[in-house]
Order: sequence, then structure tokens, then C-alpha cells
Amino acid sequence: MRDQSTRPTRRGVLFGGAAVAAGALATACTSNKEKDDPAPAAQTGALGGDNDKPGKQVTIGFSAPAADHGWTAAIAKNAEAQAKKYKDVTFKPVQPTNDINQQISAVESLISEKVNVLVMLPNDGEQLNQVARKAMDAGIPVINLDRVFPDKLSYRTWIGGDNYGMGVSAGHYIGKKLKAKGVSNPVIVEIQGIATLPLTQDRSKGFADALKSYGYSVTAKQDAKFTVETGNQVASNLLQAHKKIDALWNHDDDQGIGVLAAIKQSGRKEFFMVGGAGSANAMREIKSGGGVLEATVTYPPTMAASAVRLGRLLAQGKGMADLVELEPPQSLTLASETVTRDNVDRYLPLGFES
Amino acid sequence: MTETEAGVRGAPAKRDRRPFRPFARDGAGRGGGEFRHLGLVAALALLAVVGVVTEPDNFLTSGNLVGILALAATIGVITVGQTFVIIGGGIDLSVGSVMALASVWATTVATQSYGPAVMALCAVLVGTGAGVVSGLLISYGRMVPFIATLAMLVSARGLAQRMSDRKTQLIRPENDAIESLSTTKVLGLPLVVYIFAAVAVAGWVLLNRTTFGRRTFAVGGNPEAARLAGIDVRRHTLLLYALSGFCCGVAAIIIMARTTTGSSTHGDLYELDAIAAVIIGGTLLTGGRGTVAGSILGVLVFTVITNLFILNGLQTSDQLIAKGVIIGIAVLLQRRGLRSPT
Repeated sequence: MRDQSTRPTRRGVLFGGAAVAAGALATACTSNKEKDDPAPAAQTGALGGDNDKPGKQVTIGFSAPAADHGWTAAIAKNAEAQAKKYKDVTFKPVQPTNDINQQISAVESLISEKVNVLVMLPNDGEQLNQVARKAMDAGIPVINLDRVFPDKLSYRTWIGGDNYGMGVSAGHYIGKKLKAKGVSNPVIVEIQGIATLPLTQDRSKGFADALKSYGYSVTAKQDAKFTVETGNQVASNLLQAHKKIDALWNHDDDQGIGVLAAIKQSGRKEFFMVGGAGSANAMREIKSGGGVLEATVTYPPTMAASAVRLGRLLAQGKGMADLVELEPPQSLTLASETVTRDNVDRYLPLGFES
Repeated sequence: MTETEAGVRGAPAKRDRRPFRPFARDGAGRGGGEFRHLGLVAALALLAVVGVVTEPDNFLTSGNLVGILALAATIGVITVGQTFVIIGGGIDLSVGSVMALASVWATTVATQSYGPAVMALCAVLVGTGAGVVSGLLISYGRMVPFIATLAMLVSARGLAQRMSDRKTQLIRPENDAIESLSTTKVLGLPLVVYIFAAVAVAGWVLLNRTTFGRRTFAVGGNPEAARLAGIDVRRHTLLLYALSGFCCGVAAIIIMARTTTGSSTHGDLYELDAIAAVIIGGTLLTGGRGTVAGSILGVLVFTVITNLFILNGLQTSDQLIAKGVIIGIAVLLQRRGLRSPT
């Protein structure tokens, strides 16, 4: 019997050639560079106060998880952009990673380089606590970004968002609006992120608590997974489950793209929707109007820029300009602000690209 | 092992050349093929009854049923490809990430500048290309399918993340012809459902009415026998993975239409959903036997469960339990079916 494997057949050659050609054709399509508009600017806010005048030269070390979501990507970008605005700041970011071990050794390298301040968004507050403590013990003040370390000796200042407050803001927007309309027994639907995360549970609790103050409650809630696809899937099914909805809160603007697509495909318009996190995309949608998305409540990645500012102040021995105290505070919880059509122009520069 | 023996028994090409009997027997060989399909139809009917009882106003509406079909379209198309691969004695773990890669590749700024037709073509080419690579590794590189497609799973997801910079890529307004696949309705059904139906019918014909299909059974049932019968087993294996990749490309078009985006997060764990649907559809994991109709029913069972749970306001964790139980029962029934003499 002839061994077919050693000699390529004519058809095999043709087929292989076609595959290679197809590959070449497709390779031409990988570029992701916009021709006209420049890369979207990071969100940092303007400088100009007394505190922003150049002072002592400081080195700020920065460590954060890998950017696997629009929000985390914005964190890294904002921190770097903010640092670049100061002539007196040397910015030392380490390779972002989702691996706890790698983040620990990256932070250790920053400690041995003797940076003046360390800004850190840990992958997990509990697990990174030890290395943060080590930095503090070595005399390097740690700015703890968002995910909190359990041990107060491990950080000088914590700055982060308010998940409970996010739910409250969304609840107030929806409650107020429905009350004004005089709706009794409204159908309120909630699309969560990953249900097992404490942050999701905080958001839902805030939402329920705020609604309660209007005498309302959540009719149905369902968890998606922070992805466009799951948002789309869950929303399609929820829209079938409730023939008439009064209001919908979706925890995350990234998955919100899928939710909005599902709503559009169903042709439903009888309700209004509130988003979460504050992506530029959601803000553009709010601004253009006409759709169901009326508002979004922020969980701002601009906190990274603020953290760099705080770190610089700490290292230079300055306090926050609007506070009487001579040093920055120990803890700062950012408010979850409500972006609507009326104020969207002010927020749009702070929105992050998902 | 009973399975392997049965696989060999059911495999030889001759046995599959039988007159058309809708739904049940084709390719399923002996040993309770009909019974298994009836079981799935019964399961679907049972789920429908549960739906009608618990949600009388919502479940049996045309809107909901159309919604179920549209949701099933993505994973359904992938499952058709997976059915071929599994009948052919392999497995394709890379389906979800290949779909994600195809969706990302098709929505890059460069691809989008060529318009919707090129985007769709690009998705299909990328999917098929990835399938060809896996196929080459398995057939000519002699790698175990599990390992080769695992490698593809990881690297395709990585490439998708790299290409998209882990961002969600929106389809631009000028290319909304893609989105219209899920918003345009013909006879009450969105176009994506027709794509799903077309792939399913084409899959059925290919498996049951062509030489390619008969060879698939032969290769999966007993590759050595197939080789001795003059089938180029390696080339056929390559084609099976290419076909699976092609289906992933088509699924990428559907997911782009439904979500209006391309993203590296699309298709997470699809490989498990697809394999589960194929298995409860009565296809042998060891190859040589199986049906497209069974796989489609399997997909529908899972989609209806998700739908029922959300209609009733139950959480995801309960859904997962239900799905696990169903997979368990289905496979137990399969084994019983295999043992019982015909």
C-alpha cells in the first residue's frame, strides 16, 4: 500500500496554498490604529493650585493588576499621565500582573530601589498586605488604591471608590424619578456583575436600601459576568421575563454595551436605564439621548491620578490645599457621582474608554 | 470498554447508509439511538411544561421562543462543528477562544474600514485558519487532540487580548449591517436564527448524505480500519478541525451581531457548553457515533434551562447545578442504552 503521508498531493498543495493566502489576507486586518483621531487622552484633571508648583524631586513607585477590563486599563493610564504632568515626579511603574506572587516581587523591587512613595492597587488586599507592610516598615509611605489592606499599619492613606454608594446613587436616581412620575409598585430590574464578589453585594445592598426609602424594592436581579456577552444574554432573558419594566440598573458599563444591544434588539423603550462605573461610551450614549440609558453612576478610575497627587504631596510634606491639616488625610472614599444628560459634558473628559 | 466496542460496531461506513428517518436514527447506530433522542425531546417537553406552569404569561410567547432561538444561535453553530470533530474521534477545546479571536480580528479598526462584508469574511477566515492549525498539529504533528486544541485555546485567547488591547471593540455605525443580522426579522425570526438553521441543516446533510459524513463516522469509529479501507485519515482529521474552526467564525459573526462588539471575553467556557450539548445529544465522546439533531436538541435544552431560571428569577449557581445534573443523567442513560441488547 502506498504511504500517503510522504508525498504531498496536488490537492494538498492547493489547499495549503489557499490557507496561507487566506492567512495573509487576514493578517492585513490586525492593525488597530485610528488614522485620524489621536489616542484618547487619559483622565487626570487640570493643574494650577499652589500645591502644583514644583517642589522637592520625588520618585513614585506604582503597581497595579493587569488591564483586563476598561476600568483597570484606565487606572494605569491615569496614574502615568498624572505623574508626567509634574516636573518634580519620577514615575516608576512595574509590570502589571494578575499573579499575586509576581506583584509581591515587583513591589519588593520597588522597595529595594528606595522609591519615596508607593502607589498600589493590590490584586488582593489580604494577600498583598505583608509586602505593603514591609514597605511601610522601610519608611516608604504606601498609598493604597481601592482594594483595601486589612492592616492599617500597611498603608499611610487609602483612596478608593464606594460600591455601596454606587448602589445608593443609582437607587436615588431611579427612586426620585419614579416617585415624580407617581408610579406605584414599579418593576425595577437589576443586572449585577459577578454575584459572588463582595463589591457586587455592596452595590446591590446600597441599591436596595436607597430604593426602600421610596417604598420601592427590586423586582428581579440577575448576575452577568462583567462581559458584553453575558450582559447581552442576561438582558435578553430578563426582558422576556418582564413584559413591562419601569427602571433598570446595570452595575457595569462594559457589560452595559451588551445590555443596550439586547434592549435595542427587543425594540423595548418603555423604561429607563441607569449604568455603572462611568465609561466614555456610556456617557456618549447619555449625551446623544433618545435611548433608554439616561444616567450612569461613577466608580471613577481617576482615583489613580488622585493617588499619584496624594503620593507627591506626602513625599513633599504638603497637605491638601482645601483642608486645614498639614498632611493629607488617612482615608478618602470617593463619592459615586450621578452623570445625567444635564451634566454629562462636565464628566465626559473623565469617562474611560472601555 | 463497552464504549469503544460499541463505537467500532456502529462505525463501519455501510451501516450509516440508511434511508432517511427524521430525527432519530441516522448515524446513531444501534443501541437505543431512538430512545436517546426521544429522551431529549421528552426533556425539552418537560422543561416546556415547567415553563408554562411557572411562568404562564411569559414562557410560551412568540417573543420568548424567538429569544431562546436567537440566544442558542451562537453556541448552536459551534456545537454543529464540535459534533463533527467528536464523531471523528477528536475533541476541540479551542472553540470559545477561536470565536473570540475571530470577533476581535473582524472588528479591528483596519478590518472595519473595509466594510461589513469583509468583516464577516475575516471572521470566517480567522476561524477556519485556527481550525486548520489545530488540525495540522493533530493529524500531521501527531499531537493528542486534547493537548493541541488546549494550546489553541490558550494562545487564541491571548492573541485576541493582545490584538484588542483587552478592550471591547464596538462595531462602528457605518458597519451596522452586521448588527442588522439580529435586528432584521423575516417572518418574525431574526436573521441570526436563519444562519443557525442553515448551519444545522447543512451539517445534517454533510454528515448523513455525503461521503465526507460517512468517512467521519469511519475515522471516528476505527481509524485503522478506515485507513485500510483507503480513507486518508490524516487529511480527513484536518478537514474536521477546519470545519469546526469555520463554525467558530460563523458564530463570531452572530455574536458580533448580538452584542455589537468584538471582544476577547466572548465565548468564555463555550468549549464546555458545546461538548456538554454534543454529549447529551447522544454522540459518543470516543467517536464513531452521533447526530447533529441530537446536538441541536442538547443546545436547546441548555438554553431553555437558562431562560427558565431567569424567568423565575433564580440565580446562576442554581442553573449550574441543574446543568450538571442533566449532563450526569444523560450520560447514565447513554450507558444503559449501550448495554441493552438490540
